[in-house]
Amino acid sequence: MARVVVDVMLKPEILDPQGQAIVGALGRLGHTGVASVRQGKHFEIELEGEADAVALARVTELAGSLLSNPVIEDFVVRASP
Amino acid sequence: MSSRSAIDSVPNALATPDTVLPVTELGLKDDEFARIKEILGRRPTSCELAMYSVMWSEHCSYKSSKIHLRQFGEKVPPEAARILLVGIGENAGVVDIGQGYAVTFKAESHNHPSYVEPYQGAATGVGGIVRDILTMGARPIAVMDSLRFGPADAPDTARVLPGVVAGIGGYGNCLGLPNIGGEIVFDPSYYGNPLVNALSVGVMRADGIKLATAPGPGNQVILFGARTGGDGIGGASVLASATFEAEGQRKRPSVQVGDPFAEKVLIECCLEIFAEDLVAGIQDLGAAGLSCATSELASAGTGGMRVVLDTVPLRDPTLAPEEILMSESQERMCAVVEPSKVARFLEICAKWDVNATVIAEVTDTGRLEIFWRGELVVDVPPRTVAHEGPVYDRPMSRPVDLDALNADDASALPRPSSAAELRATLLLLAASPNLADKSWVTDQYDRYVQGNTALAMPDDAGVIRIDATTNLGIALALDGNGRYARLDPYAGAQLALAEAYRNVAASGARPLAITDCLNFGSPEDPEVMWQFTEAIRGIADGCLALGVPVTGGNVSFYNQTGSTPINPTPVIGVLGVIDDVRTRLRIGFASDGERIFLLGATGLEFGGSEWAHVVHGHLGGRPPKVDFAAERALAAVLCEAASGRLVSAAHDISDGGLAQALVESCLRGGRGVAVTLPSGLDPFVALFSESAARAIVSVPNTSVPRFAELAAHHDVPLASLGTTGGAVLALTGLLEIPLTELAAAATGTFPALYG
Amino acid sequence: MTARVGVVTFPGSLDDRDALRAVAAAGAEPVSLWHKDASLHGVDAVVLPGGFSYGDYLRCGAIARFSPVMDLVIAGAREGLPVLGICNGFQVLCEAHLLPGALVRNCHLHFTCTDQRLQIENTSTAWTSAYEAGAHVVIPIKNGEGRFVADVATLDQLEAEGRVVARYVGSNPNGSARDIGGITNAAGNVVGLMPHPEHAIEELTGPSSDGLAFFTSVVKALVSV
Repeated sequence: MARVVVDVMLKPEILDPQGQAIVGALGRLGHTGVASVRQGKHFEIELEGEADAVALARVTELAGSLLSNPVIEDFVVRASP
Repeated sequence: MSSRSAIDSVPNALATPDTVLPVTELGLKDDEFARIKEILGRRPTSCELAMYSVMWSEHCSYKSSKIHLRQFGEKVPPEAARILLVGIGENAGVVDIGQGYAVTFKAESHNHPSYVEPYQGAATGVGGIVRDILTMGARPIAVMDSLRFGPADAPDTARVLPGVVAGIGGYGNCLGLPNIGGEIVFDPSYYGNPLVNALSVGVMRADGIKLATAPGPGNQVILFGARTGGDGIGGASVLASATFEAEGQRKRPSVQVGDPFAEKVLIECCLEIFAEDLVAGIQDLGAAGLSCATSELASAGTGGMRVVLDTVPLRDPTLAPEEILMSESQERMCAVVEPSKVARFLEICAKWDVNATVIAEVTDTGRLEIFWRGELVVDVPPRTVAHEGPVYDRPMSRPVDLDALNADDASALPRPSSAAELRATLLLLAASPNLADKSWVTDQYDRYVQGNTALAMPDDAGVIRIDATTNLGIALALDGNGRYARLDPYAGAQLALAEAYRNVAASGARPLAITDCLNFGSPEDPEVMWQFTEAIRGIADGCLALGVPVTGGNVSFYNQTGSTPINPTPVIGVLGVIDDVRTRLRIGFASDGERIFLLGATGLEFGGSEWAHVVHGHLGGRPPKVDFAAERALAAVLCEAASGRLVSAAHDISDGGLAQALVESCLRGGRGVAVTLPSGLDPFVALFSESAARAIVSVPNTSVPRFAELAAHHDVPLASLGTTGGAVLALTGLLEIPLTELAAAATGTFPALYG
Repeated sequence: MTARVGVVTFPGSLDDRDALRAVAAAGAEPVSLWHKDASLHGVDAVVLPGGFSYGDYLRCGAIARFSPVMDLVIAGAREGLPVLGICNGFQVLCEAHLLPGALVRNCHLHFTCTDQRLQIENTSTAWTSAYEAGAHVVIPIKNGEGRFVADVATLDQLEAEGRVVARYVGSNPNGSARDIGGITNAAGNVVGLMPHPEHAIEELTGPSSDGLAFFTSVVKALVSV
């Protein structure tokens, strides 16, 4: 079994009010020096078999069509050790 | 708990009678443990101990309240015989509303979990009560909630309130249930012990009622819905039966997490199953999960069931059998199905992608037998688990401070007298958190889904259309008053009942039946027990006087931190029926130039009032007098006025008195009034007294004579106040407040507090 | 010949029965479509209703858009089939790329249910022809993820081509770009709308009956074909 990780983030130009709310909360909890926070999604995919080039390509396609919405999100795929 | 390798089976329990079990850890008393051994004739297995410990907890067994709740079954109004289809004791009561329809409704608390994890605590509270309605065979059609928090500006309120509101909205909206009303109250008494009482209502054909029973040996028991995980293990017995000490955080892992989507598909799946008449009995899994479902179904049926626990679909494969039995994973139901209908049942579940597994068979052995890995781990008489738990007759004593409290008369407090002072007081109250505009909260709830909401907050009741052809409808109101009950639990409970009853009538509906949610401190405190028994006596006597039976309800004890209990807080939900939902009444003044009347008699009554609380931080004296004859007469006038289309608006008078009722009706209708307060009464008293059995109505000029006749016919005192119109709330010779100023005061409070 | 209008039910759809009621009130024959259906049962138009299909998991509408019935809806839409996506339905249409842009979390982070004033700006679509151009209507809006976003080029194109169907007036309930409450595709047969016209078809249960015209528009269009 191999694990592939997909991280999805809103594109930089999309307003992220959840991230902003987190910054506000950090401030209220007394944490200083936090310039910004953006919230995303982290997917852990367990594959039967190796995370070879073919498998990664499949996951990349999956990431671009289901796991993320390319209109508003970017994603990164990596095999996890 | 048993280790994974050695199963504590029944034979093993027989062979090892001296094994030490975690009796106290699981919340059982020594005498209770002794009784279990007596019932079984041996020591219980660890699974049996787990079952008895959850099912005999206060939350599940009602051991401290059972003997007192009997009054609801003893003092039954004669009207019950006509309308009550299912009474107390089932998952929810069912009322016949005519035209072949039956309505089931109930209120339940989820207080402690909402303190620990506000969003999930409130969300799963909604989920739980909705399942109770669903399991009666009904389509759930609405929800309401009654919420109580500490002071509005307390830091912990800022932690709890937004989470609770988001949780109720998040779960209810996703289920597709309109939220049609409720209340939000702030009081120091609830600091650290918020109250989240959720109500749900459903409708079905009167011949479509389903009961929680397991008839017929050979019938299959199917567990369907979500997979079982480690949610809320020990939650029921550990959390609800224990007060909070400083280590509240330690309880966190016991909180259940809800999935409203899973419940939505479960609802649709169940309704299709009901439509094809595929179940002989059905029970939802709430507190105590499978322990409760299996023992209750078996008890009500043949008395025998044989369960193979290994067949329970798990989310967490490492769960021990004790944990599976105690799990409170949400969105699960248990149905009893004849063998010939099992295939179709499973087919419908597959259509909705709902997991469904046969986990047991109904037997005629009179025993609940549960197997795990081929070994018998539970062999008990189910009634001893589900219905024959401990019954306590706890000591009670009248609070020693009550005489002094009652003697501290609120009428003696310094009161406003000049016009400027009265004006300032009116605005202060209108902006106070208990009376202020609650849109910040209620706009987070979907009120439109299902397309049948004819009335919702901030009007007096929620009104739902039941039949689009005949326009038959129902109305619901949910009310409580902890301060009144603290001053006098008997009268306070009756005043809560009267207020909800009055609210239903003010919407134009005829009150039919009630549900109650009783929130109290620790039953081990004799003063709390006295408050509890007084409240029940008050409700039972009140229901008899009003002719509305109790259909079911909920008791929540242990609402206290340390030794100080919350104010006794009975919350009452009243269900009414309205023949033509199009005649329902809003509170907002609807047109200019109409006559405003005050119905009912006003006296000097400030004990427990909003004025005393907001202006003086005072709680003392006696609550307003209760007069059920006057409430019945007022309700008759309001209902007949509505159906006869004699009035265009009606609003009950309660917290904040006449002043607040006028404020709300002006703001809701977007028009002012020119009112002359009745002579013979101090303006302060006329405006802020909280005498019961009163309402204001707005009457078109052409209907005034007939309306006056109606009030006279029912002996309801009538005073003409003035007329609607203009852009100010004007009290002749006294004060004038532009609606814009009134609106700013009322609507600014919640956004300022919570963002 | 009565127009037949289909309403799709996905697992988690909530306002499907209300949409069916609105279709009937508009004088058409309401047809329930199941998300797994292999045919559109000869309907003349399709409504994707509001709700929380698949619990809004992953992203609103992201899973529903891959339903078998959606293959047929997408193919039909490309051939001119009138399709109205309401709220979650609008989200599904954007995820399916039948409409540009996306719907994301309300800027204030709360679910909000209010009576919203809208201006109907495009009355040439299959779903808005019964309105007067520039008409102001009051229709309930109720959602947590109703903020319409798209890149500047797309927004400019929508405006230039007159494809903004409904615009929020008086207040923007969710932070949508350019106060956009509803849009249409270039051909004018596919409309996405965040507010719920099916909840504004009668005064008893809605803030107005202003919403009915969305449904009578399509009936008019179909009957006159």
